[in-house]
Amino acid sequence: MKNIVLKGALAASALVLLANAASAATLDDVKKKGFLQCGVNTGLAGFASPNDKGEWSGFDVDYCRAVAAAIFGDGTKVKFTPLSAKDRLPALQSGEIDVLIRNTTWTLSRDEQGFDFPGVNYYDGQGFMINSKKLSGINSALQLSGASVCVQAGTTTELNLADYFKANKMEYNPVVFEKLEEVNAAYDSGRCDAYTTDQSGLYSIRLTLSAPDDHVVLPEIISKEPLGPAVRQGDSQWADVVRWTHYALLTAEELGITKANVEELSKGDSPEVKRVLGQEAGTKLGTDLGLTNDWVVNIIKAVGNYGEIFDKNIGAGSPLKIARGINAQWSKGGLQYAMPIR
Amino acid sequence: MASQDITPVGRDSAKVSILYDPKIRGYIFQAVAVLVIAGFGYWIVNNTITNLQRARLASGFGFLDGRSGFDISSSPYLTYSSDSTYLQALWVGILNTLTVAFVGIITATIIGFIIGIGRLSHNWLIRKICTVYVEVFRNVPPLLVIFFWYSGVLSVLPQARQSIGLPFNTFLNNRGFFFPAPVFGDGAWLAGVGLLVGIAGTFLVRRWAYKRQMATGQQFPVGWTALGLIVGLPLLALAVKGFPLSFDYPVLGAFNLKGGMQVGPEFMSLYLALSFYTASFIAEIVRAGIRGVGKGQSEAAHALGLRAGPTTRLVVVPQAMRIIIPPLTSQYLNLTKNSSLAVAIGYPDLVAVGGTILNQTNRSIEVVAIWLVVYLSISVLTSLFMNWFNAKMALVER
Repeated sequence: MKNIVLKGALAASALVLLANAASAATLDDVKKKGFLQCGVNTGLAGFASPNDKGEWSGFDVDYCRAVAAAIFGDGTKVKFTPLSAKDRLPALQSGEIDVLIRNTTWTLSRDEQGFDFPGVNYYDGQGFMINSKKLSGINSALQLSGASVCVQAGTTTELNLADYFKANKMEYNPVVFEKLEEVNAAYDSGRCDAYTTDQSGLYSIRLTLSAPDDHVVLPEIISKEPLGPAVRQGDSQWADVVRWTHYALLTAEELGITKANVEELSKGDSPEVKRVLGQEAGTKLGTDLGLTNDWVVNIIKAVGNYGEIFDKNIGAGSPLKIARGINAQWSKGGLQYAMPIR
Repeated sequence: MASQDITPVGRDSAKVSILYDPKIRGYIFQAVAVLVIAGFGYWIVNNTITNLQRARLASGFGFLDGRSGFDISSSPYLTYSSDSTYLQALWVGILNTLTVAFVGIITATIIGFIIGIGRLSHNWLIRKICTVYVEVFRNVPPLLVIFFWYSGVLSVLPQARQSIGLPFNTFLNNRGFFFPAPVFGDGAWLAGVGLLVGIAGTFLVRRWAYKRQMATGQQFPVGWTALGLIVGLPLLALAVKGFPLSFDYPVLGAFNLKGGMQVGPEFMSLYLALSFYTASFIAEIVRAGIRGVGKGQSEAAHALGLRAGPTTRLVVVPQAMRIIIPPLTSQYLNLTKNSSLAVAIGYPDLVAVGGTILNQTNRSIEVVAIWLVVYLSISVLTSLFMNWFNAKMALVER
């Protein structure tokens, strides 16, 4: 019985799958299509959120624009698909989107199940947020035994939460929603005592609550959450485009190439800067990647370097004011380290 | 021979070529059609399976034995923890779906019958109130009704510290409804035995009373006797054992009320929304069923001297049921399927738990297949039961 129905279901989805079958050469498809289809969060302030005119902005959104600029020389040739945590990986797998840049944690099981993670654009960790006005005595996650905890369904967060409470022999009541907005609303209405997700997310969500100052993020970080773009497995050319776009953003910051001075520097005579910006005589770095030789110039012109993107969306220049912390350049004690562009 | 007489002249009358025999030709065409359809089906299925395997999308149901790693907020029947398997998580989801569907169907039927009969009332106010009820709930999408209960009613209840105290040590706050849990001590089993004996006794008394009425025409108060047996016997049993029953009362803990039993706001809103929504359709079905019984039936009953109550109970309703049951089945199926809207408010039903499993394991095809099979099975079982019930209620021709 089960087998028959399964086969029936498979047959029914056959036509859809055949039509959407992920082709191997994503870069060619994207070029032919004329735009990049980028999967982003449904609305996480600072990372990906639309404004009242429907224009997207945020840290992850700028990464989408950077990839589009690398391919087309134009950061606006990108369309955004907002995805819930549950829908994001199937959307990538089915070919609905070309690249997923949506606070997605790089894990072994995801890597092994048909995805590739070209890099880590934000090193994060899971934390807890509580209403300090209502729960004034609590200043550690270890005091949360017996609490109701709001969490988004189908995330690594949900699993870390279960592990953390079990390891510390504490009890809790999970309140699980599929959509981020639903979790936010439930927490804001007092349905839960605590909210758990990546710390960057907590800072971002806090801004959207009715009284942001009443809420504090507890100090404990209970997991490693390396967030990064994801692509389908088996297309190393496409993975390379995304990977080196990330490294280009980091390298530009290292070399002091900014949105403002990129034009000027490309005419300068520093050999390293000239090589990165594709001004070296007879260079084939860009074309070998399947792009044009001025791809880095295009990226920086469109969105700026890594530091600029960080500052504008989530860092000092934004309402979130997240410190660079472990996301600083390796030379400044952080973990962001670009492989050499040469 | 007769057959030879009608054979056209000039043809070999003994043998017509098999190819030209219309009957055999028909069989051949049918066989070819079946082969083509089966071949097409096989090609589609085979092609899909190959493609899925190439995309590493389908790899069987073996993953269900793995450790789930996530917790589920509400598992009233099974012991479930993050150490349980995905399969156990699915069972929790299935049982939660069945629970809300079962209690929802019962409540929707009760409300539906009351409102449906109310719409036929002679009292103008009752009639209009019931009409407004039906029109409001019938014309609003069920998801909005769920949100109405969840965000509009239950989430504006006070916090745990300011819980609303209700009679019998029950409490209501925005974390749910809390009530004392009975704790059975030694010897409480006798009460269970008493309950079973009471139920069995009720059946026997009913049978005896029916026979006596048939034979002598005398009636017997079966209802009161049943109440006495079902409530009285367990109480008597408890009294004999010296009341080995205590209650675990909910008390305020660090974050919420602790102890006792609780029903979460997610379950309550889903249950109330599904009941109220489906009841509006059932009310219309009931009204149609009662109106479908000829006026002559109740007039004849009155002429025989039956009062209004027995007329409705013994003459009108049994006939109306024959009209009511088939469309009622569809409403029960709708309610069960609508329970999948639970995912919007975070009640861990089959779809919500399955969705989490889908995302954690990335086995979309398998999980979707499980969803289909489970809902199909629940619906088919409901239909079978209702068909049996319909056959039992159908007109028995003598």
